[in-house]
Amino acid sequence: MSSAFVPGLKVSRSAALQKVRELPIPGELLVAVGDQVTADQVVAVATLPGDLIIARIAEKMAIEPFEVLSGLAVKIGDVVQQGQILCRHSGFFGLFKSTFESPVSGTVEFITERTGHLAIRVAPRKMELRAFLAGKVTAIAPGSSVTISSRGALVQGIFGVGGERCGTLRMLAVEADAEIEPQDIPDPARGLVLVGGARPSLAALQLAAARGAVGLVCGAIDDRTLAGYLGYELGIALTGDEQVVTTVIVTEGFGNLAFSQRALAVLREFDGSAVSINGATQVRAGALRPEILVPRIGNAIESQDEAAMLGLELGRAVRIIRVPYFGVSGTVKELPEGLVKIETGADTRVAVIELQDGRQVAVPRANLELI
Amino acid sequence: MSIDPQKLRTVLVTDCGSTTTKALLFQKTQQGWRQTQRGEAPTTVEAPVADVTVGAVNAFTEISEISGRKLLAPASEHGAPFLPNNAADSEGIDLYLSTSSAGGGLQMMVTGVVREMTTESAQRAALGAGAIVLDAISADDGREDHERIERIRHLRPDIVLITGGIDGGSSTHVIEMAELLRAASPRPRFGDTLRLPVIYAGNNLVAEDVREILAPIADVSVVANVRPEINREQLIPAREAIHEFFLSHVMSHSPGYGKLLSWSPWPVMPTPAAVGDMVLSYARDSGQQVLCADIGGATTDVFSVFRDRGGQEVFTRTVSANLGMSYSMANVLVEAGSASIRRWIPAEISESDLRDRLRNKMIRPTSIPQTIEDLWLEQAVCREALRLSLSHHRSLAVGLSGVRQERGISDLFSQSENRYQLVDPLKLDLVIGSGGVLSHAPRRIEAAMMMLDGFELQGVTQIAVDSIFMLPHLGVLAAVHPQAAKEIFLHDCLVNVAHAIVPVWRPRAVSNREVLLATVSLAGCGTWQLFSGRLQAVFEAAGVSGELVVVPADRGIDVGAGPGGTLRREVKIGECGLILDGRGRPLVLPEDPKLCVSKQQESYRALGLEVRAKHE
Repeated sequence: MSSAFVPGLKVSRSAALQKVRELPIPGELLVAVGDQVTADQVVAVATLPGDLIIARIAEKMAIEPFEVLSGLAVKIGDVVQQGQILCRHSGFFGLFKSTFESPVSGTVEFITERTGHLAIRVAPRKMELRAFLAGKVTAIAPGSSVTISSRGALVQGIFGVGGERCGTLRMLAVEADAEIEPQDIPDPARGLVLVGGARPSLAALQLAAARGAVGLVCGAIDDRTLAGYLGYELGIALTGDEQVVTTVIVTEGFGNLAFSQRALAVLREFDGSAVSINGATQVRAGALRPEILVPRIGNAIESQDEAAMLGLELGRAVRIIRVPYFGVSGTVKELPEGLVKIETGADTRVAVIELQDGRQVAVPRANLELI
Repeated sequence: MSIDPQKLRTVLVTDCGSTTTKALLFQKTQQGWRQTQRGEAPTTVEAPVADVTVGAVNAFTEISEISGRKLLAPASEHGAPFLPNNAADSEGIDLYLSTSSAGGGLQMMVTGVVREMTTESAQRAALGAGAIVLDAISADDGREDHERIERIRHLRPDIVLITGGIDGGSSTHVIEMAELLRAASPRPRFGDTLRLPVIYAGNNLVAEDVREILAPIADVSVVANVRPEINREQLIPAREAIHEFFLSHVMSHSPGYGKLLSWSPWPVMPTPAAVGDMVLSYARDSGQQVLCADIGGATTDVFSVFRDRGGQEVFTRTVSANLGMSYSMANVLVEAGSASIRRWIPAEISESDLRDRLRNKMIRPTSIPQTIEDLWLEQAVCREALRLSLSHHRSLAVGLSGVRQERGISDLFSQSENRYQLVDPLKLDLVIGSGGVLSHAPRRIEAAMMMLDGFELQGVTQIAVDSIFMLPHLGVLAAVHPQAAKEIFLHDCLVNVAHAIVPVWRPRAVSNREVLLATVSLAGCGTWQLFSGRLQAVFEAAGVSGELVVVPADRGIDVGAGPGGTLRREVKIGECGLILDGRGRPLVLPEDPKLCVSKQQESYRALGLEVRAKHE
């Protein structure tokens, strides 16, 4: 894989946005192709089968399975109510009588003769699927999925925690390379997606959550701050299910790193706009990066998609993603063909990058990200 | 499948990994079978290119471009895309084979009744078949039913293996596990219409009950009990059923695999199963006791072949699913702790710097170290990943003996008295390291050190690395042409790095001051003294063949021939010579960070490694 490099995160003020909203099981779609939807609109519903509860009657009544079978007051397919007697038993010439009551309401699904267990399926429950992205329904798969398309700004982060949130974008009065402190968090912050700054302190993050901010987008986060916010240490980068009030998205990584100027410039244009964000990150195969979407309903902007996925070539703007030049941007000056020995002693393919201060440095191609 | 090995001249083999599809060309040359060409391409099993054969063809194309040898015929949708080998053996191939761990490999869940008995046997069966065990649910694991159901639903295993009870024994708890599985009704990962593949290998008396309970949700295959008797384990029928389901259900529903399967007359093997076969085959041929670790980006697989008390070779494989060098690097940090990682680095590094660097590698897994400090950090993580994986491996690599003990509560048994550790570092002959951090370490001695420290080797052990992660390819090749696989393994795959000599002693046998532990001599090369507290490299022994003699200086010191015993062994020393390690076991490093750095710098220098510490 001679052309190893990281493709780079998408940052565009006007990109084609598309979301496929898929039900986990077949269900009912509430919209049709051509419909305009809002981000929090329910577009599909499904009925999830109820849980199957195993009633261990023999053990609970301290009787043998065959005694359960002879004392059963219900049969497969019966609808039972919580507290309804399922089994009766008379022991020792009828002197000791005992009963077993249903722990839940539901339908008897099966009875295991060998164990004296009875399974009750509780009532199904409804689940609602929201649009997440405001836009137009452009395709549907009956009973299964809805595709919503729109145009607007798209900024991908490198890492995030917390799932889908919709809110209003609010720029913080914090420099791109400054830490975010509690005094920088607006009050009230309910429903806001706060944007700006390098890395938040734990106190600032907790205050944002306490004030109801639905999102915080910043340059980086400290490993310790993240652990403090989540209440545990993350092992692998597979996120999105965290039970947090404020979804956090970082554009650069871990440590104290300034907010990407490119991403900041795009987001600043949309201060006060409705946004949809998702912190879900999956670094393994089929990489999923967190994203900030700013749909522009009814106000289409001419296509100006940036970050075309061209290869690594002379003159391309790149960013270095590993020490000793982590976070530094530059342009590709040379692409030596052969392998080059680097400081570690490894032979690898490198690119010569001209940094913004005029220095030229050799960097492994694997440590470059296209801008 | 009849393949005449004698007619083979050129064989193309791929390993479709989670991220990379690696193709190797094996050819019969005048010197014997050799690995001649290689090509790599990103694996394509997810959108936008959800077809594994696309990545495979890209890898073939790279081989063709590099070697000039045409491999592919004009595209054909259904037939194999290969040109047949021509008379001059200048284009095409005779045979195509493949292994696969793409899409996260074969992911299984196992259930049993007693954690240290049937559940453990179930794990060994699944792991031996090349699976990742997502969870092992046991009747005695202390979890509530709802917790187990949630867990099963969340995991969505490819295959479930249900075990429990000896034949004619426990039935209630086995049936309970089937009930729980039905209650959970997990959806398989691939193929919406696929019924969950379930293998039942438990008490034969209740097989039909289990089948009946699971009939509405699963495709149940009943095979012989993994634990028919308390002190007898039979894993082969369950393993074969796993392989069958892997091919018929999991592989055929994975994107593009239907086509890939049609290209080869031989079944696609799970990658770890192929590696395991190769390790076992080599251990049998050479009569050695072998440990092999493949440390990848997300997981670390450990394979071992040790002889049990009856002298039988026992093969064990384990996979530590979240210990790895990129995606899982931060999980090594979580499991080992930052202090454990930092102790291996010959330079000071702050806690926050260490943590942030590892997290940044986690989110940008393809980046590589550019500075020497960053390299030291990754190699430190590797040591900890190896240490934790081996600890996990030892818990499953056990021999069985003795009698059963009934507890009296239902029919639960405790088997702990009957188990004994198979992995004995003093009896280990060969350790093989595989995976980028070991195979591609800038200096081979660094790979040797990572294994010496991570595994805390003892006695006399040969250290080798897999040159370019060829073991899976050779494992599947061995299935059709064992001799070719063996030749390539010895010539192109196994890189003999060094022999480590590590005396161990009882605490009071050696005082704190530096004392002589052993005298080491290598016929025709020289004699060296091994002192306590020191690490020493003998580079002049590199490449020397002859008798190695290690004489302990005290009868309380063991060099692998029993306390006080002299060890004699015919050896061929690797390219880095001998490593004499007098640091003792368990390896204890100074708690004071500055002293620890200083100690590590001393060790690095002793092995000829440059230490340009910033804080010196």
